[in-house]
Amino acid sequence: MKAPAFQYTQAKDLAHALELLATHGPAAQVLAGGQSLLPMMNLRLAAPEWLVDINEVSGLTGVSDVGQAIRVGAMTRHRALQADPLVAQHVPLLAQAVPYVAHAAIRNRGTMGGSLALADPAAEYPAVALALNATMVLARAGSERRVLAQDFFVDLYQTARQADELLVAVEFDKVQPTQRAVFTELARRHGDYAMAGLALSMHVSQGQANRVRVVPLALGSKPALLEPVMRCLEGKALTAEVVRLAQAAINEQVEAQGDTHASAATKRHLTRVLLGRALQQVMETL
Amino acid sequence: MKEVTQVIETVVNGEAVQREVPVRMHLTDFLRESLDLTGSHLGCEHGVCGACQVMVDNEVVRGCLTLAVQVHGKRVDTIEGLSEQGVLAQLQAAFLQHNALQCGFCSSGMLLSALELVRERPRATREEIREHISGNYCRCTGYQAIVDAIEAVLQGRFASPQEAQA
Repeated sequence: MKAPAFQYTQAKDLAHALELLATHGPAAQVLAGGQSLLPMMNLRLAAPEWLVDINEVSGLTGVSDVGQAIRVGAMTRHRALQADPLVAQHVPLLAQAVPYVAHAAIRNRGTMGGSLALADPAAEYPAVALALNATMVLARAGSERRVLAQDFFVDLYQTARQADELLVAVEFDKVQPTQRAVFTELARRHGDYAMAGLALSMHVSQGQANRVRVVPLALGSKPALLEPVMRCLEGKALTAEVVRLAQAAINEQVEAQGDTHASAATKRHLTRVLLGRALQQVMETL
Repeated sequence: MKEVTQVIETVVNGEAVQREVPVRMHLTDFLRESLDLTGSHLGCEHGVCGACQVMVDNEVVRGCLTLAVQVHGKRVDTIEGLSEQGVLAQLQAAFLQHNALQCGFCSSGMLLSALELVRERPRATREEIREHISGNYCRCTGYQAIVDAIEAVLQGRFASPQEAQA
């Protein structure tokens, strides 16, 4: 249960971190909060050659209002997000999700950027980012690019981030008056990884749901939209029959992967139940 | 790969410490093996059980998910340094009185979680106490007595260690 040997450098500032990533490339692994990476290393599921620690890099933490969006620095810790007034006011889906993220001591260390860059399909932030199609800000030495969440999550633990890039921030569009957002999750022990979960965002105008985005947790092999369900809801008035059809689509059209805690059938069932609850919650606000 | 080491300077329980450590060594191993501070325990070593918890710059962290090199320039407080004073002493007295520990393996981590809760949310409800200690496994007590003990401290029933002893 000890991590294998590695080289370690603590980046002094952003330029230093980017230089280290440019030099060591694919052999390097960024150490953010370490609350997923270090367990994986202790379990020897991960064995990076070089750790680039960005905990002492300034300018990567904090939440700010950038006009249409709320920008969250990659090193902002779960604990800070939970208490943040801008997140509470403008990104209610994220605010709903944060309390589900891990336990108190882990929340003191774990970060927004670390969770997004890991791209675990059972984690909360990738689902939230995808449901809101947040913008990832990736920096490399000398340049910066922006990638939408729907193009960012490539596969299990794989993102569009290149080896010499660092995820420096994520931007969430501010919630609009017609928008409804619900986050819900089931875990055996509060704070553990989700057994099933759901991040849902939609606009409701003149009784009709549109721009519907639904992302399940811990259902498939990567953070991905639940498209069959979204098709059932898009452009429809939310009635009991529409909800039933959307729930049925999970059984009929969605592939699920079982794990040690629950079979694929159980996960589909739980996701169906959570979808029903989430849509009920939306309907109650109309 | 060859073992890589770095020299770190840190303050542990108020004492300045300088040691050369392997970069892959986690904080709890450093405390236990290099400094003989065996109050924080290693249960799962992947962040699930909470037995390894210590404080870094006044925040509770999993010692097994923090590298020793990461506390360079920081202050570390362990159960050994925090005991017998203030809120932690009250919590210890309350744990004793309520039978909130049996084997004691989880207690140091559990006490640090409780300490953080008492400091930050002095009006926490039983529900909030349960939520806050949800990251700490106890295999003996069934938690009820632990929640009782923390609640007693929150409600001021252990205003000082002297009172607790009376």
